[in-house]
Amino acid sequence: MAKIIIPTPLRKFTGNQATIEVDAIDIRESINALSSLYPDLKKQLFDDAGEIRQFVRIYLGDEDIKVLNNEQTPVTQDAVISIVPAIAGGITN
Amino acid sequence: MNTVKFTKEELERYSRHLIIPEFNIQGQRRLKNAKVLVIGSGGLGSPLLLYLTAAGVGTIGVVDFDVVEESNLQRQVLFSVEDVGKPKTTSAIQRLRGLNPNVNFIEHNTRLTSENALDILADYDVVADGTDNFPTRYLVNDACVILQKTNVYASIFRFEGQVSVFNYTDKEGKTGPNYRDLFPTPPPPGLVPSCAEGGVIGVLPGIIGSLQANEVIKVITGIGDPLNGRLFLFDALTFETRTLNVHKDKSQPSILKLIDYEVFCGLDQQQDDVPDVKEITVQELEKLKDSGKAYQLIDVRETYEYEIAHLNGELIPLAQIEDKVDQIDSNKKVVVHCRSGVRSAQAIETLEKKFGFTNLYNLKGGILAYANEIDSSLAKY
Repeated sequence: MAKIIIPTPLRKFTGNQATIEVDAIDIRESINALSSLYPDLKKQLFDDAGEIRQFVRIYLGDEDIKVLNNEQTPVTQDAVISIVPAIAGGITN
Repeated sequence: MNTVKFTKEELERYSRHLIIPEFNIQGQRRLKNAKVLVIGSGGLGSPLLLYLTAAGVGTIGVVDFDVVEESNLQRQVLFSVEDVGKPKTTSAIQRLRGLNPNVNFIEHNTRLTSENALDILADYDVVADGTDNFPTRYLVNDACVILQKTNVYASIFRFEGQVSVFNYTDKEGKTGPNYRDLFPTPPPPGLVPSCAEGGVIGVLPGIIGSLQANEVIKVITGIGDPLNGRLFLFDALTFETRTLNVHKDKSQPSILKLIDYEVFCGLDQQQDDVPDVKEITVQELEKLKDSGKAYQLIDVRETYEYEIAHLNGELIPLAQIEDKVDQIDSNKKVVVHCRSGVRSAQAIETLEKKFGFTNLYNLKGGILAYANEIDSSLAKY
């Protein structure tokens, strides 16, 4: 099972779970599996066109999937996938 | 560089640097010769400024426009109780001068804007971004790219911290990625954590701001490998740390001028997005209370906010408002409030549109206005 690390700002969509395990062959399947487990997370990760949002990066191990094979990047059973969002501090309205 | 001289007192003060072989007096000279601009003197700025001052950076500029508030003291260790109400830059520099009188401090008691950023940054060698909002982060990044300055970046949220060194030019003259290579655009306002979801564990900026100070010192002295092209992540809850690679994104347009960053981050639109609903002022609420007329007060904040301060309203968090619509009276006047008036306006808009309510009034300025204008014993947060 590949492990997906959920960043703090998105943990409210995963019932406060910091890591989620998924069974998938590539990044796309992994993220889709995560989105079906936690549908509210989907809107945070993907825009209306189904693209990963520009303030979110997906990493496999220590590498950005953009320099690998994007969402087609294969994942192994022991893969660690990180979702990394932009954070700016606690300021709000 | 050899013209940089130290007094006996300075040599003694910095002796623990001077006896590190790879740092030595050369590193200390570079620090003394350096000009560092710290943007934001809050959670991250506090440890950053304390360590850069203690380390002996020659010139330190401090940018902030805020005054010290009681709620800052949980993490902003530069400040004391007697600083509450005073400008942060003034209080910070006063404290820092006490720590190291050899440092030349420059106070910028102003909000960094697209109009003044290039002028302010131009005089410094290295910029350290310890701000707390997206518009300023993109402004600092873009100004650093235009002026070819290194931007030592750190950011925190609740239990999580990020550190990187952006726009760093190495010894071969090659400039690394900047913030926009990592995050081309900021999150739209709806996806930014709302005021009910902010917060930070007090010690986290201490950890992350100290790492940021370490990177500033490495960049200035040239020792070690700066976090150029890498992003460090720290999760204080799980104690997971990761260092990820950051690459330049050639598809990104060149940054040639500063823009309106409020517009870029969609914040101007957000102001317009606050639903236009009927309002009641805190004074009118007081009159309503005193009149003895029947009314209902609904509080749409979260339980943990209610525990800080409340107006004895019935607590129905915004997310539950549709499920608990039966608890809202449709016959008498209903006043809805939150912290500052945004969430309660959203609640009223939903209730009016979906359930046809016509008797709902938004408490203008929320419980904050009530604390400011009616009951100063209420805790503000």
